[in-house]
Amino acid sequence: MLDGLEIVELTGLLNNIKAVKTDGFSLMQICATKIDESYEILYTFGKGYDIRNLKTVVREGEHVPSITDMFEAAYLYENEIHDLFGIAVDGINHDYKGTLYRTAEETPFR
Amino acid sequence: MAAKRSVIPFGPQHPVLPEPIHIDLVTEDEKVVEAIPSIGFVHRGLEQLVTKKDFGEMVYVAERICGICSFGHGYGYVKTIEHIMGIEPTDRARYIRTMLFELSRMHSHILWLGLMADAFGFESLFMETWKIREKILDMLEAATGGRVIFSIMRIGGLRKDVPDDVMKGFLPELDKVVEGIKACEAAFLSDPAVLGRLKGVGYISKEDAIALGCEGPFLRASGVEHDNRMRGYAAYGDMDFKIITSDEGDSYGRCYVRIHEIYESASIVRQCIEKMPQEGIYVPIKGFPNGEHMTVIEQPRGGACYYVHASGKKFIERMRVRTPTFANIPALAKTLQGCDVADVPILVVTIDPCISCTER
Repeated sequence: MLDGLEIVELTGLLNNIKAVKTDGFSLMQICATKIDESYEILYTFGKGYDIRNLKTVVREGEHVPSITDMFEAAYLYENEIHDLFGIAVDGINHDYKGTLYRTAEETPFR
Repeated sequence: MAAKRSVIPFGPQHPVLPEPIHIDLVTEDEKVVEAIPSIGFVHRGLEQLVTKKDFGEMVYVAERICGICSFGHGYGYVKTIEHIMGIEPTDRARYIRTMLFELSRMHSHILWLGLMADAFGFESLFMETWKIREKILDMLEAATGGRVIFSIMRIGGLRKDVPDDVMKGFLPELDKVVEGIKACEAAFLSDPAVLGRLKGVGYISKEDAIALGCEGPFLRASGVEHDNRMRGYAAYGDMDFKIITSDEGDSYGRCYVRIHEIYESASIVRQCIEKMPQEGIYVPIKGFPNGEHMTVIEQPRGGACYYVHASGKKFIERMRVRTPTFANIPALAKTLQGCDVADVPILVVTIDPCISCTER
């Protein structure tokens, strides 16, 4: 089981992440996992040695809002899930538009 | 009149870069006003192999993410699987793992000192530090049989024991390593020519370091007392050591932190050997992992996250490794803003980038 795991709806994702930021947490990582025909996106935050995880499920074709307005460093993770899984992330502050990873196969983890 | 802006490409091939990373440096005269990092030249997709390799064999793949942090990657993956499967390794396995982890940290930091000396053109210092590093590699070889990839880690413990007399033989060698680094410390931290290249270069404040997700010595050099070893995994909970920090926030601070961490690591290795428990090194495992977990450990370059999502089958659905260099790239881009173009190579080296880890 993940530490401090909370499952959130995609529609409420930004509000939940805003609350985490208000509590003083910083972003540790974002990653995606393909489960059948959908994707779980896991956001991990840390404050000292405390960890909180937020998970949301994205279905094929759904877009995820960027959190770079709240956590500037999120752009690398968001570009990564776009390039490896083909998940569309809207509003990234540094959008590499599919060129972060120069892979021979497009979206190899999809 | 405002200075004309130019874009200078730095990398992916550059004398200070053993591995490829590219940074577009937007400059006004000789000052960098913006830095846009770019990675992905050698992305290997090793994480995806977890869906095709038996979860036990995947330990070998995890170790091969990087040749410098090899032991830590193997450990991070194994610890995550052990947590999911409810396996508690023996005390001796925990202590040997901790000892090997700290020897790895020492050789990584000393390797960095050599690369740093090479970057600012102090070749004799580069050769001296790497000569010292050989002693650590000799110890790792005596303990595991390998100098780069050790393949001693397994889920449930270790593949082989390290005899007590071999470990006791490390104690005088550790003294020589510490003595050698102390001799080099004066050059790194007091030599006027070296100070000119490090002091005040690449400053990042404590607040920015936290906000941008900095990790490891890069974070601690900005005065943040955070070291994931304090979480107490492996045998760290039984060890007496302190977190090295610096308030400088610049390249000098990063150098100071790494040098002093070498002494702390040597102390931890000594404590492991002196307190080494005597029972076995392996707990048999049954079945397949089912569940998810994330482990956070302190690699030589900083905190690394290992996430595993398994569903009770031989093959795992997802393994994710968030390496410290990946986390440090946004902060690197920030520190490059405002620096002189001539300082960029040194500054990039001061975060100790590991592109092999980043391009896992």
